Amino acid sequence: MKLQIASRIALYAVLMLASHPDRQLSAADIARHFNVSLNHLAKVLRDLNRAGLVEAVRGAGGGYRFSGQPRRTTLYDIVDMFENVGQSAADVTGDEDGDPISQGLAQVFQEIDDIATSTLQSITIETMLKISERHRRRQTGNGQA
Amino acid sequence: MGTTVRVAGEDDFAQIIGLDSAESGQDRQDYWHGLFNRFRNRPDDRHILVAIRDESLVGYIIGEVRDGEFGLPRAGWIVHLRVSDQMREEKVGTRLFDTLCARFRRDGVARLRTAVARTDTLVMAFFRSQGMMAAPTVQMEMDLDDRDQRGAS
Repeated sequence: MKLQIASRIALYAVLMLASHPDRQLSAADIARHFNVSLNHLAKVLRDLNRAGLVEAVRGAGGGYRFSGQPRRTTLYDIVDMFENVGQSAADVTGDEDGDPISQGLAQVFQEIDDIATSTLQSITIETMLKISERHRRRQTGNGQA
Repeated sequence: MGTTVRVAGEDDFAQIIGLDSAESGQDRQDYWHGLFNRFRNRPDDRHILVAIRDESLVGYIIGEVRDGEFGLPRAGWIVHLRVSDQMREEKVGTRLFDTLCARFRRDGVARLRTAVARTDTLVMAFFRSQGMMAAPTVQMEMDLDDRDQRGAS
């Protein structure tokens, strides 16, 4: 599954902000950290703000912070804002009486779409942060070894 | 009053069936009695644990050690987990999960497995929140009628 750039940037931003619930981060900080376009990130942050997932804090020391519910918001909720998840089957689907090759391909791609969708729907921001934390600990452990 | 987790006794079986029936809408008496009989025979590495709150059964987890099935190494399998809808967000599932993990460790098991319906994202999300990831196996199935049609063609 190849995500659109906007989806990837949104995931980066939400996860970075959610991992720092006690402070605001600037768009420039996030863009620099993940090496993504600041303009693109700013547009994505506006969309996330409209969806209630991030909040802009104005003034000195301002920036953005995560305003969603980490135990409720899933990766699917974020990706779904920027692209149609589970769309690959539709690309090869004809009508029901259509070509059997198209129908067979659509069945296989539907299987892929279903797995991708259920994976994204079952991983909350809180769970994703735990997964990231495990990777951080592994890195730290490797660094000490 | 808190939730306690303990090994199920014979008196709990009716409540386990009742909770399953109430939450799933299915009446599976024969299945459950078969499972209870099977687990009675090997209590050392088959576990039925229940969560009790205010003297009522509010959840259960059932697991067993399986060795070599599907070519997989020895692992503890969670075959059932259910928590009453009224007890969601009360950490009952986590308590049951942790207790079963401790029992599997005592059984000498180092890996935990389960299977979840792809559409059951709530339960899948729970297992993921506990640290579980997709296993390197895929469940496969087919309708036997399809097989018959292929054989005839």
